[in-house]
Amino acid sequence: MTVESRAAAIELPAFYRWLDRLMHSRNLLGLIFMLPASALLLIFLTYPLGLGVWLGMTDATIGDTGRFIGIDNYISLAHDSVFWLVVFNTLLYTVVASVFKFGLGLWLALILNEHIPFKAFIRAIVLLPFIVPTVLSAVAFWWIYDSQFSIISWALVRLGIITQYIDFLGSPDLARMSVIIANIWRGIPFVAITLLAGLQTIPPTLYEAATLDGATPWQRFWHVTLPMLTPIIAVVMTFSVLFTFTDFQLIYTLTRGGPLNATHLMATLSFQRAITGGHLGEGAAIAVAMIPFLLAAILFSYFGLQRRRWQHGGGD
Amino acid sequence: MVAKVGALDKSGMEYLVSLPRKVVTVYIPLAIFLFVLLFPFYWMTLTSFKTNEELYDFKHYNPFWLTHPTLANFHKLFFETDFGGWLWNTIFVSVVATFLSLFASVLAAYAIERLRFSGSRYVGMAIFLAYLVPPSILFIPLALMVFKLGAFDSLWSLILTYPTILVPFCTWLLMGYFKSIPYEIEECALIDGASRFQILWKIILPLAVPGLISAGIFAFTLSWNEFIYALTFISSSENKTISVGVITELVEGDVYHWGSLMAGALVGSLPVAILYSFFVEHYVSSMTGAIKE
Repeated sequence: MTVESRAAAIELPAFYRWLDRLMHSRNLLGLIFMLPASALLLIFLTYPLGLGVWLGMTDATIGDTGRFIGIDNYISLAHDSVFWLVVFNTLLYTVVASVFKFGLGLWLALILNEHIPFKAFIRAIVLLPFIVPTVLSAVAFWWIYDSQFSIISWALVRLGIITQYIDFLGSPDLARMSVIIANIWRGIPFVAITLLAGLQTIPPTLYEAATLDGATPWQRFWHVTLPMLTPIIAVVMTFSVLFTFTDFQLIYTLTRGGPLNATHLMATLSFQRAITGGHLGEGAAIAVAMIPFLLAAILFSYFGLQRRRWQHGGGD
Repeated sequence: MVAKVGALDKSGMEYLVSLPRKVVTVYIPLAIFLFVLLFPFYWMTLTSFKTNEELYDFKHYNPFWLTHPTLANFHKLFFETDFGGWLWNTIFVSVVATFLSLFASVLAAYAIERLRFSGSRYVGMAIFLAYLVPPSILFIPLALMVFKLGAFDSLWSLILTYPTILVPFCTWLLMGYFKSIPYEIEECALIDGASRFQILWKIILPLAVPGLISAGIFAFTLSWNEFIYALTFISSSENKTISVGVITELVEGDVYHWGSLMAGALVGSLPVAILYSFFVEHYVSSMTGAIKE
């Protein structure tokens, strides 16, 4: 064996050991493994989020990058009666739809948790409204709400309850109600199926103990089911509120904000001003104005419900 | 096991409830729920097979039933509009975006859950927060970026932006799956000299197949249902996705062709409905599993 080759024999393992250590270094590997996901999210999520805030402070239009105008967009929005109407619409839409989604969803979950035939099948078809693209089911609702050929109007007339066809999307209050109902219809399955999963984690022994202690069904629900379900309710309702508040598809399909802006939500107004109207800056400002509401909703449902989970010592 | 015991116990307490009582508290409300939740689909299907004359004449035909089923609406949809192209675009974008997201999510979830690099907890948290950022806030700046990148009116604008919706969810879901795989398996492989890539590819992934399927279905459904980006970034008819095409192209002025609109809605809904019917148990358990995390 020559001197050189012995040197190489010693050198090479050292290099490999270094490489080996490198390939087992958690931080370096973590960095490599995180690269694709973080690149996608940083470029197409974090950066546009910042860009949106910046755009909201410019007078950019389609085809013109605009210049910095400070909070002028927000000042003009504050004096814009349409904007405040839209904020009101959005809050009304979110609150009413979320309350009903929660109530009806919980009710459906309780029913599905009973002993019923074809349980798996029923559970599967109940999820359909949630699976099908919102726009496409909204098209079905559009047809159901048609002013001349509405099946609901037809049925009600035949039953003798009303004499005239209802123009569901024609007058402001009716249109608001109609879009809210369509939203509730779509949201119930998600709430119900998720809460059902929560219900199934509650140990039956708790109900037995409560029954032996003489609790009525209502008391069992109020003092066993609800406290045990609180953590999952918090998560589900946070998501539900979030997605209802930022809803776009349903309104765009059914009414495009009409009649008289009665069903315009912040997302649809932002689209109308920015893309249809070309005022990117103003549209971005409306979109940014949604963020405080969203943060408030997240914090409220998170902390509001989290504390009760701790109080009751519920499941972790 | 727990669920089984629960079911037994539940039927054990069943004798406390009389049948008439159960009809009122369970079966009747359930029937109403099912009717309301499923009626729009029945109506959609029925309308898509109706002739125009039957569609608009409630006096001579009972609207709740079909007397002369026709395929004319589907024929019009596939041969007189770009619907076939929209269907293909939607499939293409959804499949590519799903695989891209799964690739990124698997690596990210493994790194956060298993490599536990310094700061991995915060990265996990940031990914969860990313899931809470709604597309309605991002579409305006993204439209500007897409335009500057020259991807406007191209399917690539959708393939690159959909992962922002998909990656956070898939990562979160897969993290839950990876957590359930015992560490010991991985340690054995490490001692035997396997690299982290080998461990991920040959040990973790095969064990996480159910999680991958659920994440994949969820990602596919989310891309299939996406609307606001597709509406904003795509302008020419042949590049549209189904949701956007049906809404913008099938309506000519004030004339609504309800028959073909419903046919479009039906055909556009079927692929996700069928896909999901095969994997419904996966889907339900992973959706709820991810939420329980």
